[in-house]
Amino acid sequence: MISDGVVEDEEKWLSAGIAGLQQNAFHMHRALDSNNLKDALKYSAQMLSELRTSRLSPHKYYELYMRAFDELRKLEIFFKEETSRGCSIVELYELVQHAGNILPRLYLLCTVGSVYIKSKEAPAKDVLKDLVEMCRGIQHPLRGLFLRSYLSQVSRDKLPDIGSEYEGDADTVMDAVEFVLQNFTEMNKLWVRMQHQGPAREKDKRGKERGELRDLVGKNLHVLSQIEGVDLEMYKETVLPRVLEQVVNCKDELAQYYLMDCIIQVFPDEYHLQTLETLLSACPQLQSSVDVETVLSRLMERLSNYAASGSEVLPEFFQVEAFAKLNNSIGKVIEAQENMPIAGVVTLYASLLTFTLQVHPDRLDYIDQILGACVKKLSGREKLNDSKATKQIVALLSAPLEKYKDIDTALNLSNYPRIMECLNDGTHKEMANVIVQNILKNKTCISTAEKVDALFELIKGLIRDLDGDTHDELDADFIEEQNSVARLIQILHSDDPEEMLKVIETVRKHILTGGRKRLPYTVPPLIFSSLKLVRRLEKQEESVSGDEASTTPKKIFQLVTQTIEALTSIPVPELALGLYLQCAEAANDCDLEPVAYEFFTQAYILYEEEITDSKTQVTSIHLIIGTLQRMHVFGVENRDALTHKATGYSAKLLKKPDQCRAVYACSHLFWLDDHDSIRDEERVLLCLKRALRIANAVQQMANATRGSSGSALLFIEILNKYLYFYEKGVSQITVESIQDLIKLIRNEMQGDASPSDPAADAFLASTLRYIQFQKDKGGAVGDKYMLITD
Amino acid sequence: MNYIIGAFKPACSITISLADGKSRKQVALKKENGKTVLIPVFHNQETISGKISIEPISGKKVEHNGIKIELLGQIEMYFDRGNFYDFTSLVRELDIPGEIYERKTFPFEFPTVEMPYETYNGANVRLRYVLKVSISRNYGGSIVEYQDFVVRNDSPPPSINNSIKMEVGIEDCLHIEFEYNKSKYHLKDVIVGKIYFLLVRIKIKNMDLEIRRRESTGSGTNTHVETETLAKFELMDGAPVREKVSPVTFSESIPVRLFLSPYELAPTYLNINNKFSVKYYLNLVLVDEEDRRYFKQQEITMYRLSETS
Repeated sequence: MISDGVVEDEEKWLSAGIAGLQQNAFHMHRALDSNNLKDALKYSAQMLSELRTSRLSPHKYYELYMRAFDELRKLEIFFKEETSRGCSIVELYELVQHAGNILPRLYLLCTVGSVYIKSKEAPAKDVLKDLVEMCRGIQHPLRGLFLRSYLSQVSRDKLPDIGSEYEGDADTVMDAVEFVLQNFTEMNKLWVRMQHQGPAREKDKRGKERGELRDLVGKNLHVLSQIEGVDLEMYKETVLPRVLEQVVNCKDELAQYYLMDCIIQVFPDEYHLQTLETLLSACPQLQSSVDVETVLSRLMERLSNYAASGSEVLPEFFQVEAFAKLNNSIGKVIEAQENMPIAGVVTLYASLLTFTLQVHPDRLDYIDQILGACVKKLSGREKLNDSKATKQIVALLSAPLEKYKDIDTALNLSNYPRIMECLNDGTHKEMANVIVQNILKNKTCISTAEKVDALFELIKGLIRDLDGDTHDELDADFIEEQNSVARLIQILHSDDPEEMLKVIETVRKHILTGGRKRLPYTVPPLIFSSLKLVRRLEKQEESVSGDEASTTPKKIFQLVTQTIEALTSIPVPELALGLYLQCAEAANDCDLEPVAYEFFTQAYILYEEEITDSKTQVTSIHLIIGTLQRMHVFGVENRDALTHKATGYSAKLLKKPDQCRAVYACSHLFWLDDHDSIRDEERVLLCLKRALRIANAVQQMANATRGSSGSALLFIEILNKYLYFYEKGVSQITVESIQDLIKLIRNEMQGDASPSDPAADAFLASTLRYIQFQKDKGGAVGDKYMLITD
Repeated sequence: MNYIIGAFKPACSITISLADGKSRKQVALKKENGKTVLIPVFHNQETISGKISIEPISGKKVEHNGIKIELLGQIEMYFDRGNFYDFTSLVRELDIPGEIYERKTFPFEFPTVEMPYETYNGANVRLRYVLKVSISRNYGGSIVEYQDFVVRNDSPPPSINNSIKMEVGIEDCLHIEFEYNKSKYHLKDVIVGKIYFLLVRIKIKNMDLEIRRRESTGSGTNTHVETETLAKFELMDGAPVREKVSPVTFSESIPVRLFLSPYELAPTYLNINNKFSVKYYLNLVLVDEEDRRYFKQQEITMYRLSETS
């Protein structure tokens, strides 16, 4: 309520001020129109007296000031005309100083001063010096700031800069600089003082108001940066030391932070680089509450960007030993500011790291050094839980990865894993993920077991449960992570088989610690990776025969077996079964019959003992049949044993249609195109007939239970098998049997009780079309088909 | 009625015209009746000469016992109004007793008149110079005409003109040092100086520099002192430092530049004819937020510098 009242009053005061100002401005205009200098001075002074108010907040005061500013422009033009009419500018300069009130007097003096400089009747530097000196009379912070801002405004284009028309004989740039510096210093003093005036309870409000005014002060630095004559030498010798002196000595948090940032932003990069030491030496001297880390980060960011702008600037960085200076300074700042939050520390190091990566990409030792310093700061504390800090850590650790696109480099950094140690579980995991993603994105090849070991140690957050991480549900993130790990395992590769085996062993060691949640994701890629190695060895053996390699397929298969066994503890039998079958196939390719047999045995055992779900059984049996069909390594005995078992399993499936399909699939086990030894026509026919019987049984069952016959789909499928084998030349498959089968199907489908089944209709139609197609094609096959008539 | 009016009118008109009346410098002076008139200016030891012309009202003759012109330097104290003290009195006889029938002119001359004091119009005292022409008659009283003139005396620039420097303060409250470039100023001079703030613990709102004139009249127990502020010039808005930092390394200085020309100042007069003195002071005033005033007064000597030099 009270503050409302204040705001209202302020509005009132402002409008009163504006009214007073306008009224006097009106009289002033009239005096200007009638060339009445005396009245013009009188009314302009009265007009400016409105600016003497102490009642307005900076915001409102600014409004009033802007109006006065506009009026003063008119007055300035008048003064100029007046001098061209023969009134001496020196006289005018004296005349305005007769005003009794200081604030109007100084505004007028600045206005005339501007004309004075333009007239060139006196050197610009003298006039400027006088003005800036006289302005000391305003010690009230707000009014002083605005007055000096006015001075800065009117003098901006009149500085005796190099190349300026106001340039004097010698060294006048120095005067220009001196002028701006002095104005800056005074303004900053006023600005800082503002914080300490007025009641303590309004401290926050004052802070806010000061924030609104900061650009008035900062503008001076901008002006300095615009002065042509401020070259590196002058910046180094005069400008920077003077500005920093003011910044450090003012001991004000707000000013120090803002001005440091200002310096960094307004002056050119190469200046910063050449004066790094000076600039940095100011940092530890700032108030401890100043956010130095942000200041330094910005500086490093700028320098990084500068370094990135072209390789031709890099020698400058080396020359000034930028890294050493920055590193040293950061150390000092951290030391000086004891209660700097850990997030700040990490931010600093992260910025330094970015800088180093940009400037010294080849100096891994620097990077390790930074990480080391960071570890030192982090260790001995609790694991980081501050979200800002962890975010910075992730940025810190990601930077080298992004730069080098190569985890190899990170693995060479001895301090890298040590930082990872300091992270809490969540962050650790996040970081591990970043690393993995980075490897995947860049397709980094990690080829030695040693590195793999280090890498897996690094990403252990993904590999195994860290303490305290006990939730069991498999959320999408988890699956995503594990899939990434799986992809990572796939990407590991060494050209040297021996090394590759070591890699595999290492990975195995790590993933076996992963627990039941992870194994189903991590084991398969490892198995496949192993099998890939097996196949490679196989190929090599063909080309380089007779090597005495210690890495033999056998050895790998042992390893693989052990690995798959790990899965048995978790009920994922179908996965294990699939893997066994894959291995069997690989063993087959290596001509290792006993091994392959062993794998099959394992698969069968799993099938018998673990796979109880009928659906899984169906898919598993088809897998078994498919794999077995491709095996050629087995001798007759072994093969018989296995096929026998497989057909046995098929016939024992729960659902008849499943049985039927499995049985006719088994027929392929007895007929291999490219193996003359495995062509058992009889048993093929036996399988098919058995399938037919089962299909019949299905129909009967359907009739019995539902009163209608089932779909003819099974029959059509069997017909297709018949056609297949017929085409392959299985003599036991006769034309008659095919024709009978077709007839049977037609009967089935035309029967009253049969339901219409569009799928079956289409299937039959396309089968018949196939027959027709083969007939039309002619040749040996066509001739064969010609025999089939409907 | 006409003749009655005629009877009260002076029988003749007297015109006093100075020899170089047209070229001589004149200044505006406020008369007692509030009107401003232009009056010629003389310096000490100048020769004052001119003509007196007497013109009787047409057709009348003026019978007289003699005509004379006096040059008077007078001091008038306001508590003793109407009582003039002449410190200079010179007389020239213009005509022997006789009759004037028509316009008649008499030249006059006072060579190198001693006029050591300047014309002055103060609060309690007035110093003036006047030419007085009197036609004495037996009856009807004398016919008298006055012509005021102003005396202004230039001084050479003082050979010694030290600056004024002083350190003042209230212990642990306020500690300032001020410096004015001279102790003697001419009337169109500029006061240049600096105020150094070494310690400020009171909340100062602003600081002014005043020029004060102190006029003392009479002597002994009858002394009257009148002080007048002629100029009030703001030097500082707000206050510089908050706390004592270190007076050696850190002090704020506020510049002083006060042009004297806009103010109506006169030279310092010391013990004019044992009747009065006029002195000038610079008064530095600090005003705090509760409108309490802290001040320090310093005398300065004013002098008139020759305008041609």
